[in-house]
Amino acid sequence: MSNLQTKTREPFLRIVKRDGMKAWQSWGIRGIALLVALIICALFVYTITELNPLSVYGSMAKGAFGTTRRMWITFQDTAILLCVALGLAPAFKMKFWNIGAEGQILVGGIATAACMIYFGEILPPWLTILIMVLTSAGAGALWGLIPALFKTKWNTNETLFTLMMNYIAIQLTAFFVAKWENPIGSNSVGVINPDSKGGWLPEIGTNPRVSPYILPVTIVLALTVFMFFYLKNTKHGYEISIVGDSENTARYAGMNVKKIVLRTMLISGGICGLAGFINVSGACHTISEGVSGGRGFTAIIVAWLAKFNAFVMIFVSLLLVFLEKGASQIASDYGLNNEASEIMKGIILFFVLGSEFFINYRLIFRKK
Amino acid sequence: MEQSSAIRLENVTKTFGSVVANKDICLDIKRGEILSLLGENGSGKTTLMNMLSGIYFPDSGKIYAYGQEVSIRSPKDAFDLHIGMIHQHFKLVDIFTAAENVILGNSNDKKENLRTATARIREICDKYGFDVDPNQKVYNMSVSQKQTLEIVKVLYHGAEVLILDEPTAVLTLQETEKLFKVLRNMKEAGKAIVIITHKLNEVLDISDRVSILRHGEYIGTVNTKDATDLSLTEMMVGKKVSLDIARPVVEKKKPLLEIRDLTIRNDEGNVAIDNVNFYIRGGEILGVAGIAGCGQKELCEAIAGLRKIENGKMIHQGEDISAMSPKQITEKGISMSFIPEDRLGMGLAPSLSITDNMLLKTYSEGKSPFVDRKRGRNEAEKIIEDLDVVTPSTETPVRRLSGGNVQKVLLGREIKSGPNVIITAYPVRGLDINSSYLIYDILNQQKQNDVGILFIGEDLDVMLSLCDKIMVLCHGKVMGIVNAENTSKEELGLMMTGAINLMEARTTDEKKPGIAKDSNIKEGNHE
Repeated sequence: MSNLQTKTREPFLRIVKRDGMKAWQSWGIRGIALLVALIICALFVYTITELNPLSVYGSMAKGAFGTTRRMWITFQDTAILLCVALGLAPAFKMKFWNIGAEGQILVGGIATAACMIYFGEILPPWLTILIMVLTSAGAGALWGLIPALFKTKWNTNETLFTLMMNYIAIQLTAFFVAKWENPIGSNSVGVINPDSKGGWLPEIGTNPRVSPYILPVTIVLALTVFMFFYLKNTKHGYEISIVGDSENTARYAGMNVKKIVLRTMLISGGICGLAGFINVSGACHTISEGVSGGRGFTAIIVAWLAKFNAFVMIFVSLLLVFLEKGASQIASDYGLNNEASEIMKGIILFFVLGSEFFINYRLIFRKK
Repeated sequence: MEQSSAIRLENVTKTFGSVVANKDICLDIKRGEILSLLGENGSGKTTLMNMLSGIYFPDSGKIYAYGQEVSIRSPKDAFDLHIGMIHQHFKLVDIFTAAENVILGNSNDKKENLRTATARIREICDKYGFDVDPNQKVYNMSVSQKQTLEIVKVLYHGAEVLILDEPTAVLTLQETEKLFKVLRNMKEAGKAIVIITHKLNEVLDISDRVSILRHGEYIGTVNTKDATDLSLTEMMVGKKVSLDIARPVVEKKKPLLEIRDLTIRNDEGNVAIDNVNFYIRGGEILGVAGIAGCGQKELCEAIAGLRKIENGKMIHQGEDISAMSPKQITEKGISMSFIPEDRLGMGLAPSLSITDNMLLKTYSEGKSPFVDRKRGRNEAEKIIEDLDVVTPSTETPVRRLSGGNVQKVLLGREIKSGPNVIITAYPVRGLDINSSYLIYDILNQQKQNDVGILFIGEDLDVMLSLCDKIMVLCHGKVMGIVNAENTSKEELGLMMTGAINLMEARTTDEKKPGIAKDSNIKEGNHE
């Protein structure tokens, strides 16, 4: 035994799983993570710009909530992100890795834009809106259904499939942007029906700084309540959790797993399609790749961080949108470029997401 | 024989969260000796050995290797200390050959190539009597060949201490004997061998000493020659236990479930159940014995409507159920609780609460779109009370419960639905002795309520005392259906390996075995 190892020291660091952490403890850890993130961001800002970090944070808050209008835009963006997350939640809860929300939003948006362009100035507004809701949800649902069909029929990998569907949707968007280009040569569609506002979501109330945003926010809040109870209390929701937990058990209980997968992906894609509708008809009134703008991926973070609890998702998406708005505000206020604000966003997300590790595991350092 | 200590453990403790897996364990593993590590499931045997092989690191305590204090921080450290572990689940790359698997990850010696490795593998095989073809791909190997390869692999890497985690669980009687012969050869060659098992007869057969763990604590070590199965059980469980299982006499009823000429294919498309005939009467327990993977799983799944049958009939009280959906079959009163290796794979949703699991088969009743959680909670409370389920609350996820409690939840739910046929596979797998006996009691009670029970079991002793009749399967074929009172373990063992086939011997009889005289199937209805 000549090559026997003689070191007797225990490893410097060990990772041990822990279970059954109390809710207040885990929220405490998340809170501490946010605090640490803010401190690091402050250090970062101070070292590169020598600005007072507190005023930088103040400027972030101003960017997101500074005026009534900004506040409502923040709420509206939160609502759109939340809507996508609500769509993803049932799929992910079923362990169906729907990475294709981007595409589902875009096709929903294309359908909406098409309705606005072709029916917006002909049909009565209520009918246009109704058709838009149906076609956008239908288009998103179709985009979600195709991977689900292949999955149930030939057991294809839904992660790759939904991801690839995104690229098809992006190319489709490019095609329709070219087709509906206005004015010619601008390579964009421009605001659709700027004068008649045909197919625009109606404004509620008379305050122009608030009224355009009320309907999108309300629709999504209603969807949030629906999704919360759908997942928690309905038979469908029960089936989704069983399939997600153990497909064998679901089959054993006599559930039709294929039907459940297809149905859930219809709902998931449909809601993502609706997010496209809300954005196109209620917010940007045009169609471009920016309609999804990465929300399909950000929403995955929202859904998972909130553990598929629809109400918790409200706060998670608000945090993410706040970071976004605040970051661009400090970029313009202090002449920082966009990358600096992206770095801050990254730092905060890193800590918030990373704190989940400390909720599930604990570290043991070598004792002296 | 030289008996120097190879590995010594001193007060080794390991906890997982709030669970103490090992507490102050002291163990001495000597060269030229086979040590059995005995304990019920969850007593911490595997955890302990994982610490020796560098997978876990102990929270406290000392480990000595060959007289020197060491710390094993990774499998690499264990490897350098010549400790080799053969895990329950093989760690082999399927698409590689035996030789490729053996040299895999061996970066120390660059000179080594496949040819020299092959030669050395042959050498090791000759020395200890293994039967391994170095050029055979792993995916072409049988379970026992894979296990042999795992042993060759650790020997190739110079293991002096071999740890085998439940090696016999997947082997036939003959394969086990072959393994034991090889183990004895290795013992003669001065290796230290630890074998983890909970089969008492094997412990008594192979080992020199037995160390016993109970609930993570070290109970003691005895010389095998001074031990009996009763004394070992007592140490394992902590109190005197009667190993008798009751077999209440119940008046025979008409056949409830009749299986005729049943043929089923497995997932790979091979015949898993081959032209099988049997029937279950109300008020009897029919045991199914067979080596693991002899079609038991497929049979269960077919009866429960989860697997298409190739040929044959499944008649329940005169009605053909072969084309019915799992739901319709459940409604007929046939309940299946199948416990695969991971225990939670089918029948329960592990991350869901006990309440939610209660509702699994009844959630869809009624027109309301909502799930009736109140009902589930009531049922959960009732089962917790009736069967003494240890759980913090009805809302605790099932995977947090211990094995015995999981089993009680599962069986409790099945029985609550008032079935007339219960199909239960390995219902006591992984349970401690007390929980096992509680399960036997539950099954006997059901039998006395005229329920017909198909009991797919592992432990022949248990089956001989619990079942009324035992059907033996070998590679999907029925080798015989015998009265438990008129047979012996040896006979069953021989039938399991196909050495005795009572069906062939009996073809001239007037009565075909597996076909009831008072069948519900009308004559001329079959064939």
